[in-house]
Amino acid sequence: MTLKVLLITGRSLRQGVGKEFGKSDEKYMESVSLCEISPKDLEAIGAKSGSNIRIKTQHGSVVVKAVSSESIKPGMIFIPYGPYANILLGGDTNSSGMPTFKGVYAEIEPAIEERVLTIKELVEQYYSR
Amino acid sequence: MVIYENVLCSVCGCLCDDIEVTVEENKIVKVRNACAMGTTKLLNYYKERNTKPLIKKDGKLIPTNLDEATSKVAEILVNAEYPLIYGWSLCSSEAIKVGIELAEEVGGVIDNQASVCHGPGIQALHNSGLPTCTLGEVKHRADLIIYWGCNPEDAHPRHLTRYTLSPKSKFIKDPKERKLVVIDVRNTITAKKANLFINIEQGADFELISALRAALKFEEIEEERVAGLAVEQIEEFAEMLRSCKFGVIFFGQGLTQSLGKSKNIEAAIALVKDLNDYTKFALIPIRGHYNVAGANEVTAWQTGFPFAVDFSKGYPWYNPGETTAVDILRRGESDAALIVGSDPLAHFPKEAADHLAKNPLAVIDPDISVTALAADVVIPSAFTGIEVSGTAYRMDRVGLLMKKVVDPPEGVLSDEEILRIILKKVRILKGVA
Repeated sequence: MTLKVLLITGRSLRQGVGKEFGKSDEKYMESVSLCEISPKDLEAIGAKSGSNIRIKTQHGSVVVKAVSSESIKPGMIFIPYGPYANILLGGDTNSSGMPTFKGVYAEIEPAIEERVLTIKELVEQYYSR
Repeated sequence: MVIYENVLCSVCGCLCDDIEVTVEENKIVKVRNACAMGTTKLLNYYKERNTKPLIKKDGKLIPTNLDEATSKVAEILVNAEYPLIYGWSLCSSEAIKVGIELAEEVGGVIDNQASVCHGPGIQALHNSGLPTCTLGEVKHRADLIIYWGCNPEDAHPRHLTRYTLSPKSKFIKDPKERKLVVIDVRNTITAKKANLFINIEQGADFELISALRAALKFEEIEEERVAGLAVEQIEEFAEMLRSCKFGVIFFGQGLTQSLGKSKNIEAAIALVKDLNDYTKFALIPIRGHYNVAGANEVTAWQTGFPFAVDFSKGYPWYNPGETTAVDILRRGESDAALIVGSDPLAHFPKEAADHLAKNPLAVIDPDISVTALAADVVIPSAFTGIEVSGTAYRMDRVGLLMKKVVDPPEGVLSDEEILRIILKKVRILKGVA
């Protein structure tokens, strides 16, 4: 099942520690390729904590790991700042200079058959000339 | 074995200056007082590190020497019509000064990470001023702390213990005298430590600030709920603000990156000005990287503007929305880029980062960043605050000197030294040396 949600991106301690191991380190990848989601929404789409989900916005689509979190209200998801979140964000700043990193309309659905790309694969797939 | 005391941490805008580092044979073996991020950096910075300049040949990055790498960067910048020179929050203020000189020489745009973090706060400051104070004043005097749209327990892990909730204070002897309020859309770890958690609706900060300003002045609010909160709750909170001795609002990207952006901060500044009619109140942006505040300071005293400075007209021109990095990239205007102390491919929306990767791209960074993976030339630099010294500005814009504790690997220079070599080569190519 697909569910409409509001995407928030931001810092997490795990991401902050992960980046200090190096951006090519697995700990960094694991810290930014996840999506915190309320248990209620996770159940609604028929997915489990730890399984992969696909997130789509009008700007892009990416597969990340779902992590059940009581700190997130139903109807909202949280992805740490990083290359996975960026795929889902638009560059329009409405002449402010600042893109909208928080409050982006998104859809989520289970992606059990799909895998999360490594950062190197992500760069090759999305950014190679 | 040497033990260095009062070492500055080069991770977040707290710029903690009480770190103890033990060095044995030019290697950091023990770290005290730092948070998880600082400890991880100090103990792991040298692992998985590239110390050789890299250049792209036949689609692959291969090792080269510093001379060829710096010549390539100079060539990329001189051949470009409108190069973007971006980054700066993870390097010294001395390096930023050379970067600005380089941007002026090549007629490019120099922008820093404020563009995608606290730029809206700076724009608000232009219009309204900033009633602010230092973290020292907060530590010794503030009895009401508000974290609005920020989660320091995750992003600035020692902020609460060093400055707000439980620091050693001259005038507030009992930590129970301090009250902590968190306003956020998520029930974060910081929110769980608060005396009062206000769980606001996403993107409704401006409405809440406006309602608070009305409630402060005992004006009637003609709604039952604002920003997802009952009006009675807003009125109680207004009374809490009014009755403190010294309140401080720390604001984060929950305000600057959500709907409203600079208008949210302008409203927050107006609220703090109103509160100063009743008590003492201040506002501090909770800055991310260790020298992002320095990037704004140095760029402002060198060019007159704090970020997004365009030299293509032959003089500094500043217009956020036009000269900001994401806008330039999204419109496809730049034709080359030099990234220093930043990782925009990991932090810009894909729509903007795409253009960065499509054009000649040079990176100067101690680490192999995500951006470096897509670059044409990569020059490794020494870690400021670990291997080389330099000045950085804390989130409250207090300048501090970062000392080195170990030597950099042989042949690895500071950002400042690398930029000076490139600047010299640019001037030779332009025939102005």
